[in-house]
Formats: sequence, structure tokens, C-alpha cells
Amino acid sequence: MNVRFLCCGDSALVVEFGAHIDRGLNDRVLRFNNAVRAARIPGIVETVPTFRSVMIHYDPLHTESAAVQAALERLLDSEGSVPRSARLWRIPVCYTPAHAPDLEEVARRTGLAPAQVVRLHSERRYRVYMVGFSPGYPYMGDLAQRLTLPRRTDPRLRVPRGSIAIAAGMTAIYPVESPGGWHLIGATPLRLFDLARSPPALLAAGDEVLFEPIEAGTFEEIRAAVAAGDYRVSCETVTP
Amino acid sequence: MKPALKIVSPGPHTTVQGKPRIGYRDIGVPASGPLDRVSLHLANALVGNTPDAPALEFLLQGPVCEVVAPAVRLALLGCAAHIEVRSHRPRAIPAGRSVRLLQGDVFRIGSLIDSACAYLAVEGGFDIAPVLASPSTYVRAGLGGLHGRRLEKGDIVPIARATVEACDERELVPPPDPRHDARIRVVLGPQTDHFTDEGVRTLLSAVYTVSPQADRMGFRLDGPAIQHAHDYNIVSDGVVSGSIQVPGTGRPIVLMVDNQTTGGYPKIATVISADLPLVGRRRPGRSLRFTAVSVREAEQARRAQEAEIKTQIDRLRRFPCENRG
Repeated sequence: MNVRFLCCGDSALVVEFGAHIDRGLNDRVLRFNNAVRAARIPGIVETVPTFRSVMIHYDPLHTESAAVQAALERLLDSEGSVPRSARLWRIPVCYTPAHAPDLEEVARRTGLAPAQVVRLHSERRYRVYMVGFSPGYPYMGDLAQRLTLPRRTDPRLRVPRGSIAIAAGMTAIYPVESPGGWHLIGATPLRLFDLARSPPALLAAGDEVLFEPIEAGTFEEIRAAVAAGDYRVSCETVTP
Repeated sequence: MKPALKIVSPGPHTTVQGKPRIGYRDIGVPASGPLDRVSLHLANALVGNTPDAPALEFLLQGPVCEVVAPAVRLALLGCAAHIEVRSHRPRAIPAGRSVRLLQGDVFRIGSLIDSACAYLAVEGGFDIAPVLASPSTYVRAGLGGLHGRRLEKGDIVPIARATVEACDERELVPPPDPRHDARIRVVLGPQTDHFTDEGVRTLLSAVYTVSPQADRMGFRLDGPAIQHAHDYNIVSDGVVSGSIQVPGTGRPIVLMVDNQTTGGYPKIATVISADLPLVGRRRPGRSLRFTAVSVREAEQARRAQEAEIKTQIDRLRRFPCENRG
């Protein structure tokens, strides 16, 4: 699919690389997003990479759509195969029933034992395709085929902070308490969104994530350490 | 005690709003800031502030406040309501005019009458520590403003200036036209191809009504359903304030300043930045009609609007302060 420029009024435009969820396509999105940021094009105020596109927000009093598009086209022409490095995070997750209200149901609906659901969920390395929905909310994939379920028909009004969720081939972590329609199969004691940190979101688009199962006791220990400010999340730089 | 306004009664939804929160949309944090940028700008000009100094924004109905400072200068804008002062000398100050009030004065701003939102600016601005580079309140994530939430009875909202002089007041003459009947200009896209020609015609010809489900995230509209060409789900991509998304019901939603940064419904069009404040002002029940313009026209409209704001500020009428006590 060719790259398309889509107009979003007089203060944003979208550079669309495709219409699907795909790692290669998302790689292009992330590389282009980095290139746009590095280019410091006058008038562009921020960029939002998604699964398949980059939204460019600009200040209509300092530039105009045609100038922004021309600058972006030049960047696309020079788009090389710059290798992208990523951060690999190891995120502790407790899958015990107290932290996993939907695990039984997911097991029943997928015809698996709860332990198999946990294994299928925790044995993969995930890619953060994008951050959206709420502050710090990472859309991660790809989920094992056998765990693919549609969203809940009755979304919860309150999903607790730190909940690990799955739906529609994706997995996510709720960074703040919010409404939510995904299935909750675990919880992390880490804070995905913390104003004391800069940037406040732990995960960014393009990051890689491993989930490490922990017991309820370890969950409490880590939670206390996080609250006291002396827990260091495991993170290394890798080539995706 | 620090100079402040004390909230005697907050009204249904009163928050601190000022400069939007720019630079965090890639981690899912919306811009927030005022629903009606133009009225905030002019309200601040009436009390000599910079355009996006932190002010109070209230939806549908205003608060009751008490002055906890030797003197404050206030201005209300964005509605046809008055600042009703209950003191030894009761009086009503119309929107669009600054007034100096004294320690202990209590004032009420009732129903906004014709408008969905309005602003109360204070000389010096409210003294609100920025969170992620903005004082604006984003209630859903508890960011900015006073404790990240809407104001409650008994809240003390600090003011950044200890007291104010009994100097001239300012007035907007003539008062700004809220343009409650103006057509809302949109630029078609980004996903117009997800709708039938008939669907696009519906958007541009039908009369919509602001539904009661209108808040800082989005204004749901009642009216004819807009026909999708095929599926009404897309793989999530970016959205902007002003995006008109159309979910499966076919009823459009104009996304406003607290909008989520990404979304999975196709967007048929985008309200131009000059007209988004007009949408923000329309109360539930008011009608809304759309008309399509080019991006170039949208850009010119925005520049013309900024020039007009500047002219209005240059022409502020000055008159002697009524309260030299």
C-alpha cells in the first residue's frame, strides 16, 4: 500500500502507511515518527505514532498544511533503512485468581486450562504497537491465536490500575483506573503511568515486553518497593 | 492567607483551564484546555492577562464564590449571564466587563443561559502548578488544575496576585457575537472514503442537535444517521479535537478538547479550529449544521479569527473603576 496523506482539518494530518496491524508496517511508522521528530520541521508541535499511521499535529498559526506535507514528503523520499533499537522490559505479573477476575472465563471460552492461558500469555515477547485510549495505555501484540477473544459485551466501569488485559488479539495494561472492556487475566504491581517519572509513561510505542509470572507474595513485596521508590524495572536495549 | 477564590458552590462542572497540554499525546494524554479558546482569550484580556492564563471554566451553570483577598479583578465571558455580587451593594456585572471586588464579597454566576460553557478570569491568573507543562485539568486521569478534579464546595483556588489596584476597568464593545446559528465549517476527511456519498450529503445537509451527552471529551449529536460504506471499525489511528467520528449508530460525535488521542471509528470530517469554540458553546438542544470548506479556507478562517481577537482587544473600552474602597 502506498503512503497516503490524510487531512485532519487545519491543525493535523495523518501519514498513513497501511490499514492493518503488522510488525513491518508498524516498524515503518516508528522509523518515520523518529525521522519527523529529528527533522524539527517548523510548526509541528507533536506526533502520535499508531499501529499504521503517524498523526502530525501542527500549529496553524505558524505553518500550513501544504508546507507540512511538502516537508514530510521530502522526509519520506529520504526514508532509509535506519536500524531501530528498542527497549525490552520485563514486567512482573501475578496471575492468581485475586488479581485475575476473568482468567476462569477466558479459560472456559478458549477451551484451555487457566495454567495454559497463563503460559500462552507469558511465553511471548510482545511489541508495543502504540499508546492510546488513556494515559500510558500500551496496545501490545501479537497475542497467541488461541487467546483471541472479542471484547467483553459488558464493559466494566472501573478496571483497577495495573490490570493485565486481553482482547481482539492484543494485550494491554491499565495504567490508571478507568472503564474498560477487555478481559482481566492478571495484574502488575508496577506503575505504568507515574507523574514522578519523566516521561510519566513507562512504555512507549516500539518497546518490547516480556511478562514474568510472580506469586501473590512477590506482588505485594514489589508493590511496597514501588511505593517506596526503590524498585528498578528490568530494561535493556535490544534490536527488535 | 494566600489570595484566593473560595468555592461556595461549584456548579455542575467547574475546572481550571488554561494553556493546553501539548507534547504528551503520544503517551495517550489529551491536550485539554478550554472548550472555547476564544472566550478564554478575551476573558483574560479583560483583566490584563496573557491569552491562556489559568481561569475557571464552567459548563451549563456557574459557581458561587467568595473573595478571599484584599481585592481581585474578575471578568466573565462566553455567555449571557452576569456576575451577581452579593455584598453591602448588590449589583450585576454583565459578561464582557471587568470588575474589582473586595474581601468577603460573594458572587454568583447562575445559568449560562444561552451558552454551554463560560470563563471567569482573574487578574494575575489562578496560581496553579503546571502538571506536564500545563495547568489545565484533565479529570479522567486526575491531571492538572486543583487536585486534578472538578472544583468542590469549600475549595480554595489560589490567585497569583496578592491584590489589585483600583485602576480602570475594561469592557468589550460591542460584546462578542456567540454565533449560535452559524454553520460549523468542516474539512472532509480523513476517512470520508468509509462513508457513502449519501452519508457525506447527510452530514452536510442535515440539522443536528447537541445531545445531553455532551462533555469535554465529545459532543454526541442527535439527528439523521450517517451511512457507512462498509465496516464501521477501523484499525485505531490518531484523532484530533474537532474530529467527527461516526460509530455504528451512525450518529456523529464531535471530539472535543479532552478527546482520547487515538480511536477506532472512522472520521468523516474535522471541524476547523476557528469553529471548534462555536461547537463548545452550544448547549444540549441547540442545533448544528455543517458546511465543507478547503484546508486553505480553514487556515484563512483561523488567521482571520486571531486578527479579529486582536482588534477586539485593541478596542477594549476603558472606564473608571467603580470600587475604590
